[in-house]
Amino acid sequence: MEIFVTAMTIFVLAVFVGFEIITKVPPTLHTPLMSGSNAISGITIVGALVLAGSMDSSPLAKIIAAIAVMFATINVVGGFLVTHRMLAMFKKK
Amino acid sequence: MIPAQIVNIAYVIAAVLFIFDLKWMSHPRTAVRGNMAGALGMALAIVVTLLSEQWDWRYMTVAAAVGALIGAVAALRVQMTSMPEMVALFNGFGGAASVLVAGSALIAAYAALGEAPPAAQDLQMKVATVLSALIGSVTFFGSYVAFGKLAEFLAVKWKLYAWQKAIKFSFSTIVAAGAIYYGVTAGVMPHGAGSTEGMLGIGIALCGALIGGILLRKSARFPGMDALKGLSALATVGAGVWVVLDPVNQVLFWGLVAIAGVLGVVLTLSIGGADMPVVIALLNSYSGLAAAATGFVLNNNVLIISGSLVGASGIILTQIMCKAMNRSLANVLFGTMGPTGDTPDADEVYKSVKSTSAEEIAMLLDDVQRVVIVPGYGMAVAQAQHTVRNLAQLLEAKDILVEYAIHPVAGRMPGHMNVLLAEADVEYDKLREMDAINPEMEQVDVCIVLGANDVVNPVAKTDPQSPIAGMPIIDVDQARTVIVIKRSLSPGFAGIPNPLFAADNALMFFNDGKKAIQAIIDAVKESD
Repeated sequence: MEIFVTAMTIFVLAVFVGFEIITKVPPTLHTPLMSGSNAISGITIVGALVLAGSMDSSPLAKIIAAIAVMFATINVVGGFLVTHRMLAMFKKK
Repeated sequence: MIPAQIVNIAYVIAAVLFIFDLKWMSHPRTAVRGNMAGALGMALAIVVTLLSEQWDWRYMTVAAAVGALIGAVAALRVQMTSMPEMVALFNGFGGAASVLVAGSALIAAYAALGEAPPAAQDLQMKVATVLSALIGSVTFFGSYVAFGKLAEFLAVKWKLYAWQKAIKFSFSTIVAAGAIYYGVTAGVMPHGAGSTEGMLGIGIALCGALIGGILLRKSARFPGMDALKGLSALATVGAGVWVVLDPVNQVLFWGLVAIAGVLGVVLTLSIGGADMPVVIALLNSYSGLAAAATGFVLNNNVLIISGSLVGASGIILTQIMCKAMNRSLANVLFGTMGPTGDTPDADEVYKSVKSTSAEEIAMLLDDVQRVVIVPGYGMAVAQAQHTVRNLAQLLEAKDILVEYAIHPVAGRMPGHMNVLLAEADVEYDKLREMDAINPEMEQVDVCIVLGANDVVNPVAKTDPQSPIAGMPIIDVDQARTVIVIKRSLSPGFAGIPNPLFAADNALMFFNDGKKAIQAIIDAVKESD
């Protein structure tokens, strides 16, 4: 229960931080914001790696987690790269 | 081996870097740095995770290598006009990853033991697993539908290219065949068709067949669709509660994933093109929330923080998009958009339309001081952004002030037009937001509307019965002259005629966007 309360506290506070900083993003950067936040949501890779590499879980659990590793890596690598590509195009006079 | 405390501290640093990533997104000048901070945070989180224990490296290295290759190729090759498709697809991958992590965690925690571990460990994990699977599955299937609609191969009547057919048919086949295979081998065969697992297996097979079948159809709606929406939503909630009560049952877990998949498909399928910005933003938010739920499954703070940041980001974008259309989220998701009974007849509205030519436009542009270009989805379709930039440069060389007015929902995703114009080397300070440019519209000599329709339709302000009533528009009708470049007088997404086209100060130039702009460039050069 204690763990849950801590986790919930973190969740709620992070949502508020998210609202605060993201309202300041100008419309011109909304597309890079989406692809960039997409890359961040690839953080599931951390969980996927732990499960795919665990020494004592069953091969089935590892294979399922490995597919998750693949999807999350696509998100992380593709997301940050494409965001960089886009942001590099935004220029001022 | 790094001790757990150090790993957790590294996770906090990663989370802070993600926050800086999004914070620095507040200005184009700092955004590149922000993205790098985010990438650094991700690298840090991955490295400390890998150093934290002894691992079985076989599965993860192969998977990560394949994923990195696919991601890099996709990111470097995608065209800027296809950004909405790419983001939709990536949202889906995020959802899929969450489902699979939850599924794997469930197997690792319960199935390996053959029984539930001590009750304390615990309701949180069970509920979070359910949410992770549910949101993840809705996100994955919803995103696939959004991707298919953006790439124009789902629910369309026209002939498809070979690659479109390949994706469409293989996805349907894999989903249907996979679900039937799993349902039969894991549910029906070992337990018998009459048992709970057997029934669940049949249910999974049916869901898979249903998803595969619906996605092959050539229209976005079908009889009983609304009933299916409600039914699958109820069944998803029911299956979710059931999984919480009986988490050891793996067939049940995949049953939840299957029924949530049906929900994801039917929720997204009927949503039309111009509503796509809302849907993509919403799915973006879901992919974050799914990641946060996965964080609750694994008790991992960096997942919770990152997931909620992304969730919040998606929700804000969804709100902005809805406000820019003056519609509620419920109306976008469940309502239909279309002409109402009182919609005026198009022939009546368009009887005084004046058509023009490139030469006439060139003459018009000869003695003006201020030009505003209003791009819409049509500019993306015609790939006209570079040509538009060329025209702007030509006019700027004559000391004309050229700016761009961007409606928040122009295009198929938030900020779509801005990225296309940035690609064409248009400086971002020339892109003006709707609220900033509208008060100045009266001082604009010529307004060029390129591939936009509903977002410049004055009916939104004049007719309270109209389906777009109250939607904020760019007041191009206030400019001295409006040139509308359009292939024909066909209506926009809302299906209603646009009286702007017949206004006294409006001229229609019927042509493909890119060809039209090129013709104007040639005519301007000739008149010099």
